[in-house]
Amino acid sequence: MSETAVNEARPHSGVSGLVDDWAADKQTYHVPWGKAMMWIFLVSDTFIFTCFLTGYLNVRLTTTQPWPAQSEIFALSFGGDPIPLILIAIMTFILITSSGTMALAVNMGYRKDKKKTFWFIVATAALGASFVGMQAFEWTKLIVDEGVRPWGNPFGAPQFGSVFFMITGFHGLHVSAGVIYLLWVAFRVKRGYYDDKGYEIVEIAGLYWHFVDLVWVFIFAFFYLL
Amino acid sequence: MSAEAGQQHPLGIYYKIWTLLFFLSACSYAVDYFEVQGAMRWTLVLLFMALKAGFIVSIFMHAVWERMALVFTILGPPMVLLLLIAFMTIEGNYTSGTRYSYMGHDPNAEALSPDDLHGEEHGGVEEEH
Repeated sequence: MSETAVNEARPHSGVSGLVDDWAADKQTYHVPWGKAMMWIFLVSDTFIFTCFLTGYLNVRLTTTQPWPAQSEIFALSFGGDPIPLILIAIMTFILITSSGTMALAVNMGYRKDKKKTFWFIVATAALGASFVGMQAFEWTKLIVDEGVRPWGNPFGAPQFGSVFFMITGFHGLHVSAGVIYLLWVAFRVKRGYYDDKGYEIVEIAGLYWHFVDLVWVFIFAFFYLL
Repeated sequence: MSAEAGQQHPLGIYYKIWTLLFFLSACSYAVDYFEVQGAMRWTLVLLFMALKAGFIVSIFMHAVWERMALVFTILGPPMVLLLLIAFMTIEGNYTSGTRYSYMGHDPNAEALSPDDLHGEEHGGVEEEH
């Protein structure tokens, strides 16, 4: 590919490299095109999620009714007293574990260790699926047991329901899509589809997965903790 | 440095960051578990959040090893969102201020908890009335 020739002609890093990459009529990003496109998609997704979270900020600031206490609503009892927010904490740990297995899958991919790459991606997808399962449980609990609806709930500010369903729903959709995407990549890895093409695709899928984890970091902080 | 061989780094750094992310998540949860409130809660939650987000983007998503041209493309545009957040905060505070002043709501009202609503497991709120 012509990329090798371009790569040789970029001695600088840091700020002079930045100027160099953007100057003149040539390729700007020295990464596979799929990776550049994934990053640009993720930037646009950042805008969508930030708009949701900013909408939540505005609604929460302006509502005149008290905001429901998340800590108690998302508490779960294992026989004894309810433990505050425990379900969400478990979901957070599951997503972080899956981020770690994904990072290992990317690393094994570049080592061309097909078997380990396959199993690390499958493990990531399985953890993602269990996350979606717990989210389904959480939604069921809130809708059926507590009577939370997008237009109202028995605890306080009616906006709680719409914000909850919109933000966690959109995030859950991302996780579900990620699970399907990862399984697709995993089976292609297993079949040796990337032996000639290179294993960048595992890193690109990894970027998407880490982004989903990243969004959860913000949802966990702003929606559940604050 | 790594564009052709892809992002290949020693495994040790991933294990370290992984452990750190677990630790920071545990810290975030501890803030809620030990019911830290007020300014301290905001500071701690936002600090742990920023650290977690930073480590995920820089190490797991390999941003520290990318060339500056790509890093600025990723991190630059979202910075305008800070402006949106600032504007919506100012606007939101103004709206809630006018609503409390003119619509007669109680700014100190407290939300109901699940225990208030299904109180029978915990001594029965209904009987006490």
